Amino acid sequence: MAADGAWIGRSLRRVEDPRHLTGTASFVDDIRRPGVLALAFTRSAQAAARVAGLETEAARGTDGVRAVLTAADLGDVEPLVPRLDRPDFVAVELPLLARDRVRHVGEPLAMVVADTPHAAEDGAERVVVDYEPGRAVSSIEAAVADDAPRVHDGGNVLLDTAFHDDPALDELLEDAALVLEESFASARLSAVPLEGRACLAEWDDRDQRLTLWTSTQVPHLVRTTVAALLRLPEHRLRVIAPDVGGGFGQKCVVAREEALTCIAARRLGAPVKWVEDRQESLVAGFQGHEQRFHIRAGFDDEGRLLGLAADILCDVGAYSTHPFTCGVEPLMAATELLGPYAVRHYRARARAVATNKSPMAPYRGVSRPQMVLAMERLLQKAAMRLDVDPVEIRRRNLILPDAFPWTGPAGLVIDRGSYHEALETCAEALDIDAFRERQSAAREDGRLLGLGLACFAERSGYGTEAFNQRKMTVTPGYETAVARMDPSGGVTVYVGTSGHGQGHLTTLAQVAADQLGVDPAQVEVRQSDTDATPYGWGTFASRSMVVGGGATKRATLALAARIRRLAAHLLEAAPEDIELREGRAVVRGSPERGLSFADVGRVAYLEAQRLPPDQDPGLECQASFDPPGTFSNATHGCVVEIDRETGAVAIERYVVVEDCGVMINPAIVEGQVRGGVAQGIAAALYEELVYTEEGQLQTASLMDYLVPTAAEIPAVEILHLETPSEFSETGAKGMGEGGTMGAPACVASAVADAVAHLGIEIDRLPIRPDDVLAALHAAERKEGSGAR
Amino acid sequence: MKPAPFEYHRVERTEDALERLAELGDEAKILAGGQSLVPMMNFRLVRPPALVDISRIPDLRYVERDGDCLRVGALTLHREVEQLDDPALIRGYELLPRSARWVGHYPIRTRGTFGGSVAHADPSAEWCMLAVLLDATVVVSGPQGEREIPAADFFLGFFTTAMEPGELLVEVRFPRPRPHAALQEFARRHGDFAIVAAAVAVDVDGDRMTDARIVIGGVDEIPLRVTDAEAVLEGAEPGAEAFAEAGRAAGAAVEPSADIHGSAEYRKELTAVLVRRALAEAVGGEGGDGG
Repeated sequence: MAADGAWIGRSLRRVEDPRHLTGTASFVDDIRRPGVLALAFTRSAQAAARVAGLETEAARGTDGVRAVLTAADLGDVEPLVPRLDRPDFVAVELPLLARDRVRHVGEPLAMVVADTPHAAEDGAERVVVDYEPGRAVSSIEAAVADDAPRVHDGGNVLLDTAFHDDPALDELLEDAALVLEESFASARLSAVPLEGRACLAEWDDRDQRLTLWTSTQVPHLVRTTVAALLRLPEHRLRVIAPDVGGGFGQKCVVAREEALTCIAARRLGAPVKWVEDRQESLVAGFQGHEQRFHIRAGFDDEGRLLGLAADILCDVGAYSTHPFTCGVEPLMAATELLGPYAVRHYRARARAVATNKSPMAPYRGVSRPQMVLAMERLLQKAAMRLDVDPVEIRRRNLILPDAFPWTGPAGLVIDRGSYHEALETCAEALDIDAFRERQSAAREDGRLLGLGLACFAERSGYGTEAFNQRKMTVTPGYETAVARMDPSGGVTVYVGTSGHGQGHLTTLAQVAADQLGVDPAQVEVRQSDTDATPYGWGTFASRSMVVGGGATKRATLALAARIRRLAAHLLEAAPEDIELREGRAVVRGSPERGLSFADVGRVAYLEAQRLPPDQDPGLECQASFDPPGTFSNATHGCVVEIDRETGAVAIERYVVVEDCGVMINPAIVEGQVRGGVAQGIAAALYEELVYTEEGQLQTASLMDYLVPTAAEIPAVEILHLETPSEFSETGAKGMGEGGTMGAPACVASAVADAVAHLGIEIDRLPIRPDDVLAALHAAERKEGSGAR
Repeated sequence: MKPAPFEYHRVERTEDALERLAELGDEAKILAGGQSLVPMMNFRLVRPPALVDISRIPDLRYVERDGDCLRVGALTLHREVEQLDDPALIRGYELLPRSARWVGHYPIRTRGTFGGSVAHADPSAEWCMLAVLLDATVVVSGPQGEREIPAADFFLGFFTTAMEPGELLVEVRFPRPRPHAALQEFARRHGDFAIVAAAVAVDVDGDRMTDARIVIGGVDEIPLRVTDAEAVLEGAEPGAEAFAEAGRAAGAAVEPSADIHGSAEYRKELTAVLVRRALAEAVGGEGGDGG
């Protein structure tokens, strides 16, 4: 038996780094195929319009253009109909190409295939669209107004779920010592992966097969979906995700463009490549996080949150996306709003509201950045009203250490974590008492300092049952791994997860290495190719290390057992006496009696006559894992200063205390935390997709959509706690989204803390300097008039 | 984000550039560092049928001192301005290297050119503001030879200058040192064009300020001189009170329009704050970076 833990827990350098640092990585656009043609889309310039005519003649006549395809040319290709099997859900068709009606700016209307990307764009802009513009719905408020124009004929509410009811709640909200009624709002965001979406499709006449290289997080799901749309048996479609430049959820759903690129390649009999540019990515890429929370909450006089009723609205854009649908944000918000707080009485209504904007897809954090904002600001407001210390009010409400597993009022079970310890550790790191002194001294000088906190639970690694509760038509959850030793003794692990920046080639090899007693450098991890890997759900929802890592551990443990059995037979020892270490199978206590993995591999494949009678040739094991899910936890804390003359917020310190159970590779964990915090700070202070009332995007370039640079992001101090999960094979918990979940609330509560004494509330993201300044002036005016 | 078709011509002498521009007609564009033109072409916001690439003309890339006067060749890179540190060359013009750090990001500064930025005439571009602030002369070369245009007459509107088609900007000439000068900008994100930028210069004579010049970017179609605010400083004693009053006067004088990055009111307020801060930095004389 290998000593577990020899490689798990080490900050090994990432296997993926050299390719990125030396430019040898291969993204979709780097893949060269002979005779490749370029695809560009003509996209709707209108948010809501009837398409009275589509004139393609000029486009067809453009130099270098080979073909122009519109909805009329697609024949009987069906639309996608993303669906949840529940009565409160309204399914709407998502046409691959719009035919007679467009519902958002950027909706694809025609595809132009040409010799070069330049010629394809020349052609795409010559497709003449005759729009009869209608009234657009460009905000949640407009969508639910009584006389709202309809995005779809059935109305604008695509999911209206009443989540849990509690008859005791109404009385409680009447009688509580403190009842707060508050609203919170967050802006629409783009995930802005460094690499936009991209596809290359090639039909092989000899094999009668199609290959699709696509920048995706979910290659098997793309295969299943696109094969059905193309009416191909799945075994005749191979989907490969080569190096993928980030996804953050934007690439965990199936894009119209993936199917369309395949259709173009089949029609033209040539490889066809589409590479989304940045403008296209901002305009037509999937979006998310635009939500409104309206909350009524009752507290006792010591700040204990007794009960809470929430009304949640999510702007899901013009369509559902497959497979998670427009239900993903509202269902997540309603299910998990309470987070790590021990609240007994709860009710939520959550709605998915359609607008004339690009569709929503799950974006890192999915509703939890907004939920954490709502809960943390709520506690902060209550603390202020009741004159309770902000740390103390959290202490009084966090699930107590002896209460795990905690079953929330809606039945959600939270496994053991270090919620209180994380809070205390963070408070200590920030030295809050010293900060308060500094804050009041600064206030005397007219400076505004604030300290913010955010505590949260990060649900991760959930399996089939959790997804089944959403009633999806395809139910993700499990993962399968295949571990194979080859004749030379090398080990390859094939997984259905699909890393795209998370370092899985490194971390899964660390997991495998510990089971097999080899150096991780001896373990090759293969992913992201449907021809090579077992069916799996890909990489999203902080699932890969728990679920894929669990399957990897199980498959490599099974392989280790087979290696030991074969070695025992060859060494004439009992299998339980064989241990695997340093790439050898040796008899315990007599290290001179042993075989190298190369010897074992050679017998298994090349000298089958030496195998035990009951053992098949080869060395290959497959195993699956399908856990119920496990919660990471963290407390974020930060200190900010507001420039009271410009309204600008500067983050002086940022501390994360996180607990993701057993860390497979601490350096990678910290990288995930830093990146997540950066995206969370972006949501707190900078990024916002701004639409006009007509549904036109005003932030369609990185000059206007303010992705922060390294100069805006502070150093992040990270402290670790470790509560191993009982529900994962390795003790690890997923943690890929936590940074994004905590940072918006943490920054908002720090800004709010800086201006609380002026009566200013910070309940809307992003926090813009002009808004801050206007609020400061309004407070000054109020004070002035009060004095009179 | 691919440009519409265009012809590309590269020249290595100023005379060849002028000749080629004359042949190609009014629609042809000059390509220098390409840091504004190329993105605009990629967005298809501009569609020049032809480009004349002047970036390899060797004799337009210099910074020279000529007595009081500082001459900056059109093809001098932002980064080269940033790195100017020879006191004999830049004494009294320290504002130029100090301001370069506000110009875009490092990669942009290593390709973008001084003359290109001035010719592009973005009203919040640093070199355009400093040209007006420091009373520069813009030297352009054309079919009829060279002519000199005072910066005050050079900028006509958004991306619009007094240059005629067929002309090439060859030099920007600053007439006299102004050691008490500073630039302050506010943007939400490092390296962006300022929402508002304020450039100031004063002479300090004993305990009086004279010859004040205040130029605001981001509030008008051109780098805007605010003479009302300048007048406040004339003969005033340097100090917080005068700086604040000049700031208020500047804020009251500008009439900015709103966009998604800030309302008109916000821009007026920023104007007041930045003018005050810039004056404090300028007269402080330490040349501190102001932040």
